[in-house]
Amino acid sequence: MILDDIADVRAGDKGDTLMLAVFPRDGAAFDALESRLSPELVACHFGSAVTGGVTRTVLPGLPAFVFRVPGVLGGGVTGSTALDGHGKTLGYYLLTLSIPD
Amino acid sequence: MSRRTVRLGAGAGFAGDRIDPAVDLARRGELDYLIFECLGERTVAAAQSRRLADPASGYDPLLEARLLAVLPYAAEAGTTVVTNSGAANPVAAGELAARIAARSGLASRVAVVTGDDVLDTVRRADPVVWETGQRLSACQDELISANAYLGSQPVAAALAQGADVVLTGRLADPALYLGPLRYRHGWGETEWDSLGAGTVTGHLLECAGQLTGGYFADPGTKPVPGMARLGFPFADVAADGTAVLGKLPGTGGRLDIRTCAEQLLYEVDDPTAYLTPDVTADFSRVTFTQTDADQVLVEGAGGRPRPEDLKVTLGFRGGWTGEGQIGYAGPRALDRAKLAGDIVRERLVAVHGVDETAIRVEYIGAGALFRGLVSDVDPVEVRLRVSARVADAELADAIGWEVESLYTNGPAGGGGAARHLREVVAVRSCLLPRNSVRPDVHLLEG
Repeated sequence: MILDDIADVRAGDKGDTLMLAVFPRDGAAFDALESRLSPELVACHFGSAVTGGVTRTVLPGLPAFVFRVPGVLGGGVTGSTALDGHGKTLGYYLLTLSIPD
Repeated sequence: MSRRTVRLGAGAGFAGDRIDPAVDLARRGELDYLIFECLGERTVAAAQSRRLADPASGYDPLLEARLLAVLPYAAEAGTTVVTNSGAANPVAAGELAARIAARSGLASRVAVVTGDDVLDTVRRADPVVWETGQRLSACQDELISANAYLGSQPVAAALAQGADVVLTGRLADPALYLGPLRYRHGWGETEWDSLGAGTVTGHLLECAGQLTGGYFADPGTKPVPGMARLGFPFADVAADGTAVLGKLPGTGGRLDIRTCAEQLLYEVDDPTAYLTPDVTADFSRVTFTQTDADQVLVEGAGGRPRPEDLKVTLGFRGGWTGEGQIGYAGPRALDRAKLAGDIVRERLVAVHGVDETAIRVEYIGAGALFRGLVSDVDPVEVRLRVSARVADAELADAIGWEVESLYTNGPAGGGGAARHLREVVAVRSCLLPRNSVRPDVHLLEG
């Protein structure tokens, strides 16, 4: 199972920090992701591009999770010559993450 | 305090946004306020650069088109227009708005909010720059602009003076919406929960079409109908801060708890403490309830005291970016693109003296957007993109030139070359004490 099977993701940016909001599509998906989609797993998925600790905020009311992934944007929209300086497309990279059983 | 709700419409979510959805809202939205959010971090710095080249410019290039399109309907409906399209030159933008109103035969009072330009103040205060950790004076690059994020107070003050159109420069995006709410509902500057709720409404509306299915649509998992005629959202906000979000009948898009949840958390670092000049807003207990088709009730926002310092966007001259692209297709497309990339990289260093670490080579269609995080695929076609940031325009132009020269000097079958050049305004941030920033409101007569 990959994240795309059970959740949506919206990416946003603050400087060179990537913000990823994850939206489980139902209650079972929320429960599964609360226990399995750890900040460590997200950090590992983005590999050496991450320059600091990845944090997770749980928002049961929506329900959603917010991950803060520092450094990935390499300078952000004004500092990077990357094709997608905002990193708007990287939410779909998170959707390719395999969720462990 | 007003008992009735106030209706705020989202007319634009960024500087380049569509105009027809705003015209539709102005015509039949029965709005109290129509708000155009047209200023990003990068946009204000770029506008400052334009103003340095031409002192009469520096406001949003689409401002005239937007006002010409909506002002007659807004005037007829008694709708007040609020926008940060003044960018780096709100006074010139205000004068333009007054001329357009006069030409259209409208007796509009135009107010201009100034005071966000804090270039002299930051030079004196010499604050620590976030990105470098050093004082501003230690920075080698040429500082060309400094704009503080103002709050909602000057907008509310402009409305209290009877403005029909309010032009601002750098203002916190949600504050464009919070200003009218403070004015109409009489919220005081320490009514933190109300200010937090108004900020949530502003945050949800500020990206316009992003609340009604734009930036949400995915044909596989998140279908959105009628996106070519996407309707922009509006909110009916009660005196207690609760809001009902809606969009006009007959418009495209969707407005439901999923589109709202995504927009609530968009670009939000800490949902429990969303910092603005007006309030530390708490998004963490916000709930959405679908009350009708394309209608959502928002409740549960809170707030705590505002930060003592204001965030400032600093703009520095950052050299030039040059870029070239060329495409390869069919058998060995990626191999040929990689050969092309190697050729350009070698020549940029050997012939033009470009610092190799400044050169970025990407293979569009083979994982470029994922920044090397995925392994190579075997694409039907791939587009080589080479870019570099260098000190001067002439050298930057060489980047695209070298890519273009692959036509006759590179691998087989390269086509569709394109080149591009732009001046970079590098954006950084710092803080200034609130009391060193003084917003001002001027009323012009249309």
